[in-house]
Amino acid sequence: MRDKRMTADEVVGEIKSGMTVGIGGWGSRRKPMTLLKALLRSGVEDLTVVTYGGPDAGLLCAAGKVRKLVYGFVSLDSIPYDPWFKRARETGAIEVLELDEGMFQTGLRAAGHRLPFLPIRAGLGSDVLKYAPQLKTVTSPYDDGEELVAMPALRLDVALVHLNRADRHGNAQYLGPDPYFDDLFCLAADRRYVSCERVVETFDGPPQTLLLNRMMVDGVVEAPGGAGFTSCVPDYGRDEALQREYATAAADLEQWPGFYERFVG
Amino acid sequence: MSDITRAEVCVAACADLFLGAGETLASPMGLVPSLGAKLARLTTEPDLLLSDGEAFLLTPDGVVEGWLPYRRVFDVVAHGRRHVVMGANQVDRFGNQNISAIGDHARPSRQLLGFRGAPGNTVNHRTSYWVPRHSPRVLVEAVDVVSGVGYDRATGPFHDVHRVVTNLAVLDFATPDHSMRVVSVHPGVSVDEVQKQTSFPLVAQDVTETRLPTDEELELIRTRLDPEGKRDREVPA
Repeated sequence: MRDKRMTADEVVGEIKSGMTVGIGGWGSRRKPMTLLKALLRSGVEDLTVVTYGGPDAGLLCAAGKVRKLVYGFVSLDSIPYDPWFKRARETGAIEVLELDEGMFQTGLRAAGHRLPFLPIRAGLGSDVLKYAPQLKTVTSPYDDGEELVAMPALRLDVALVHLNRADRHGNAQYLGPDPYFDDLFCLAADRRYVSCERVVETFDGPPQTLLLNRMMVDGVVEAPGGAGFTSCVPDYGRDEALQREYATAAADLEQWPGFYERFVG
Repeated sequence: MSDITRAEVCVAACADLFLGAGETLASPMGLVPSLGAKLARLTTEPDLLLSDGEAFLLTPDGVVEGWLPYRRVFDVVAHGRRHVVMGANQVDRFGNQNISAIGDHARPSRQLLGFRGAPGNTVNHRTSYWVPRHSPRVLVEAVDVVSGVGYDRATGPFHDVHRVVTNLAVLDFATPDHSMRVVSVHPGVSVDEVQKQTSFPLVAQDVTETRLPTDEELELIRTRLDPEGKRDREVPA
């Protein structure tokens, strides 16, 4: 079996300007921060970023990497709003596709199933469709004739996710309570990279915790602490002090360069 | 019991949102709705399902009785056995809610969270709103961005915006055109004050006073659910 271990910089070497990049995790939870830092240090730009957004969205906006952001929300959880995402929106710096969070999942599923769209009720009547006129509805071909949203596939060039454990072949395991949507991000993407707290020979714990299998993964990066400051339970919780430091600096353009230098390196 | 606070009245009003819910997932956002859901579970609605806000369903004693990661919450949303109590940066006369952005969505004057699950919640199952600071800036004639769908845009077979509980009153949409109506004002609050803090004319006939929590409820709120009194920070007395 293939050994897929690589470095974070090698992963970023596979990402070209203009690509669509999906980022796993949820809010300020299990974000692939080591991979993101490598992306922030690179010359890649003009990205379409697809995320259940947390500080990943803010950091990529701060670095000017984002052309378009696709999201259902952006939040730091214990801090409701991400200052860099707010600034990017309020200055009109980025294009957006703002979705209901269930529509977002449905779009990933459609991509993973190689379907053009999947129907969903969410979005009807709301302003999601008003601000995204490219989203169409479809009428049920059955007797009910119900009108539904035809959520288009959210196809990704690259997926970046962070899990607790992986083996060198790309099988990967989550040990926390929630898988989030990392498997769907991988199924929706052409190139799939997982960072992990530890590369292991064999897995402990129930096999149901093996969220990703090696068909779904192209590269494995061992990155202890690789989700920090976001949470990666049970290995560690969110570093609230560092997140506060991030949010404080992000809200103050004078403090920001110093923080960014220290954090991204 | 004496010295019942406004926050405690709001907790009981939130508990009453779940009357008749049975085996339904209660998804309260914010402290007061969470206390209300827990109170309902311990009193009138013992079959209610409660999440820890992460991925587990918990009994009142904190025992895990189920697994509900986000992806399965989305399944419950679509399946419909859920009553969410969301916050609202704006809510309007017909129950449209905004948690996305203030101003023009293309370049908002204030970016908020985003649509989150509001569009899906409101077309799939019962939805209520919790407004800890009832003011004309929150209770607006028309929201800037429609996140949660109100009655004038209602669509599909499952739309059901139930009530709005605020720090001043309980409101609903049980009027011929589904415009907002005052159900009850909290003790010490007048209908005039509620109207003054609202940007559109409210229907206000047969308004009652919001009930006080019972002795049993107060005991539960004060000694078991919120012994540190955090509720009084969300709703000052």
